[in-house]
Amino acid sequence: MTFRKNKTGWRYFLIAMPFMLYVIAFYFVPLFGWIYSFYNYNPALSFSQLQFAGFDNFLKIYNEWSEIYRVLKNTLAMSFLSILVTPLPLIAAIMLNEIKHGKFKRFIQTVTTLPNFISWIVVFALTFAVFSNDGLYYTLLRNLHLDVPVIGIMGNNGATWFFQLGLSVWKSIGWTMIIYIAAIAGIDNEQYEAARIDGAGKFGLMRHITIPGLAPTFLVLLLLQISNLLNNGFDQYFVFYNSLVADKIEVLDFYIYKVGWLVSDYSYATVLGMVKSLLGIALLFAVNYLSRKTKGESIL
Amino acid sequence: MISNGRSSLAERLFDVFNYVFMALFSLVCIYPFYYVLIYSISDPRLASKGIYFWPAHFDFDSYIKVLSLNTIPHAFLISVEKTLIFTVLCVYFSAMLAFLFTKRVMPLRKTMYRIVISSMYLNSGLIPWYITMKTYGLRDSFLLYVLPGIINAFYIILIKTYIEQMPASLEESAEIDGAGFLTIFNRIIFPLSKPIVATVAVYASVGCWNTWIDNYLLVDNEKLQTIQVILFAYLNEAQGMATDLTQMVTNANSGRQLQLSPETIKMSITVISVLPIILVYPFLQKNFIKGIMLGAVKG
Repeated sequence: MTFRKNKTGWRYFLIAMPFMLYVIAFYFVPLFGWIYSFYNYNPALSFSQLQFAGFDNFLKIYNEWSEIYRVLKNTLAMSFLSILVTPLPLIAAIMLNEIKHGKFKRFIQTVTTLPNFISWIVVFALTFAVFSNDGLYYTLLRNLHLDVPVIGIMGNNGATWFFQLGLSVWKSIGWTMIIYIAAIAGIDNEQYEAARIDGAGKFGLMRHITIPGLAPTFLVLLLLQISNLLNNGFDQYFVFYNSLVADKIEVLDFYIYKVGWLVSDYSYATVLGMVKSLLGIALLFAVNYLSRKTKGESIL
Repeated sequence: MISNGRSSLAERLFDVFNYVFMALFSLVCIYPFYYVLIYSISDPRLASKGIYFWPAHFDFDSYIKVLSLNTIPHAFLISVEKTLIFTVLCVYFSAMLAFLFTKRVMPLRKTMYRIVISSMYLNSGLIPWYITMKTYGLRDSFLLYVLPGIINAFYIILIKTYIEQMPASLEESAEIDGAGFLTIFNRIIFPLSKPIVATVAVYASVGCWNTWIDNYLLVDNEKLQTIQVILFAYLNEAQGMATDLTQMVTNANSGRQLQLSPETIKMSITVISVLPIILVYPFLQKNFIKGIMLGAVKG
């Protein structure tokens, strides 16, 4: 009966089918790979030949806890440091908003967002040019007859977290700043007018209008950042990996790659990836719940 | 009391500090690009002693060499091809599905929309993704670069929001004229969505240009390497490669000995792999910002 009545609707439905099949094939089917967590996966064997392993692969997390602990420490350190610097783009946006010279303002925006558009491989290439032992920075120090460390910053174990933090701030700050600039543009101009009439100066406007106006955006970005606690990303840590900094740069995303490709323990890598994904989704929901409770708004 | 444009000393000090700070901030962001550029066109021996503001003795030998190497122009073309093809597929099909999702008469519309949106939050992890792609026969295939990711939930949200804001009368009059779904989409909806389509195209193409993990893990075929992976290979082994290059050049005896160093080779390839981004950058930035604004409206 519905078919007769809603012929066009069902036609659309038919057109949508290939799209849905595609979505299932590329986004949902890979999830079935999680089944390999319960087997000892071997690429040479077919699925029926695989040996069932029960929870053995999960037990490895417990058995190799010292490794996991080290990796989690790096992961959480990078995440907490990133959370710590979330106000930076906001401050930069407020400062940029005070630049009244239109051309200069556009120039700053253009130039500072450029790093956002390049791959981590290119960031690595640029960093290498500047900070390798024969790179710009140490050549400059040498030419100035200053002390040059034997091991440069890219191989400095103790500085790894902060150096990587610096690089990700460099790459993303201009872009996030634009998000705040967009939010400032959305603040009602009448608020500024009213405050000016009340005698507020530049700093008064910042403190009483701009900053409160940006608070919702800040909160959303902060919550998203928190929900990504376990996702540092892979590219950055992969390209900057070297033996000198290995024990500090191995975050969860990198470690999963290492277990899968370098150790060839596919099943254990699948377990780690699965646990990470599930915890990630749980965190996202928790954060979303928090947002609904505090702001009355969902961020999803 | 109305403050009449006169500012206090503290405010003026802040302005001075602000301009200086912003200038430095910009410099920190742009200078590494500039440095790599001037290094790549300098005489390698002079450059290694330290250059800061201006190339030392213009020298394009490393570009001549790098471009005559076949691997690099070829990888560059592969990157261009995959970016163009992926962008077209992604924009067109994501827009079409977004349009379908505006059709209230479509059965199970909400359910299907939810399924698509949830794909944004699903992440199978590296190994299951790898095994799936291999099972689909995408290993060592160009299709690996352009098939995954065509339907993108985030783009669909953006486009759907845009289409919903269009006047319904446009479509209705076309329907009365007997135009079918595809005609309406191709002739009316897609062209009218140009602003948001441009934004999505920019997101998709930059993302595709910068992606390398698919190539790195699943494609060994020399003919299918992308510029990002080649760049990474050179960054890690430039010493050996530059030595090889120098030998090749000496053997070829091209009349004049080319000046090469591992550093200049690396820098030239870096410049080549950033060039497309820089060239489309003004267009790119405008549309990216538009995307942010629209995203903000959507909230």
